[in-house]
Amino acid sequence: MANTMQFDLVSPERSLASLEASAVQIPGADGDMTAMPDHAPTITTLRPGLLKVEAPEGSSEYLVTGGFAQINGDGLSVLAEKAIPVAEVTRSHLDDLIAEARASHEVAKASDDQSIVDDAAKLLADMEALGTHMSL
Amino acid sequence: MPNLKDLKNRIESVKSTRKITKAMQMVAAAKLRRAQESAEASRPYAARFNAVMAGLAASVGGSDSAPKLLRGTGSDDVHLLVVMTAERGLCGGFNSNIAKLARAKAYELKAKGKTVKILTVGKKGRDALKRDYGELFVGHIDLSEVKRLGYSNAQDIAKDVLSRFDGAEFDVATIFYAKFVNVVTQIPTAQQIIPASFEDTEGDDSGAVFDYEPSEEAILADLLPKGVATAIFSALLENGASEQGARMSAMDNATRNAGDMIDKLTIQYNRSRQAVITNELIEIISGAEAL
Repeated sequence: MANTMQFDLVSPERSLASLEASAVQIPGADGDMTAMPDHAPTITTLRPGLLKVEAPEGSSEYLVTGGFAQINGDGLSVLAEKAIPVAEVTRSHLDDLIAEARASHEVAKASDDQSIVDDAAKLLADMEALGTHMSL
Repeated sequence: MPNLKDLKNRIESVKSTRKITKAMQMVAAAKLRRAQESAEASRPYAARFNAVMAGLAASVGGSDSAPKLLRGTGSDDVHLLVVMTAERGLCGGFNSNIAKLARAKAYELKAKGKTVKILTVGKKGRDALKRDYGELFVGHIDLSEVKRLGYSNAQDIAKDVLSRFDGAEFDVATIFYAKFVNVVTQIPTAQQIIPASFEDTEGDDSGAVFDYEPSEEAILADLLPKGVATAIFSALLENGASEQGARMSAMDNATRNAGDMIDKLTIQYNRSRQAVITNELIEIISGAEAL
């Protein structure tokens, strides 16, 4: 059994990472999941959050928003609308995300569908927790 | 025959024109390299995206529950033409070729009795279409302030288009842009983005059966609007490279023409100068003979 799999992280503007990884934690829309070699083929959408990559050379983290992850036999591709290495994330990036989450929360509050409001509220809370987590 | 001073001024003015076109050509060459790099960098995303979407669309597309963005609204009476051109001129036939294609399409659709709406991106296309189809304009997106095209620009355009689609303002959307082949060739292209069609350019995953999380329909509904943004982003980048390529070859021609013109004018200048000298000599000699 292979210990590593091909991992690619691409955003529309550039390709951020392409390496052999042993495990990748993905912030899936239905909850976090960790993909390891020989994971069943899966496609999941992403929620904004942290993507953790563990590779033999060391681990790295990326802040990703919107997009999806595709796990197939030979590896994992993550296509994110926005992806930033955590080391490069600044308070202003996060502020943008929080502002965006807050805006969608406001929009959701105007609608009747309670589930959307809850989703948006959760997203907002997630974003704020993320800031604390990264001690920004 | 123009006098010597006029010719000299003319030569000087053509020389400074040549300097300007030469400089523009070099700037365009540098920008072209950057534009090509970003177009290249965006390709893996677009290719994978389309591959996944093609798979999804194939499995869900046929059913009635498929999202409207994929299935269409069921009619094709109202067409939205998104015409993407440059903000600046002096790039050869680049802007007019795109405008020509859009005009032909608009004409064809109107002949069939469809309603046409036009959304312009970039000032030059707007100017070119204003006279014939000015009354069909529904909006304009200005990119003149944008220094470096980013995905967020594409998202803004996509948002505009999608909100119109949600508002049932049109049934079919087509984008017009120039595909970059090389510096001398840019092909004006029309591409339908709504209802979406995806080409599987990678074509290697056909065998795999995927688990979908959440459901196939939910993923498709989530990704289709992103597909619109992705298509627009690729088109913007192709357009950016095409514009610079077209400008580069146009300015190269202009520089060469200016050079030819300088040569011609210089010969004319020298001839007139010689004629003046000969004239003076004849006058002196005939004056001396008369004595």
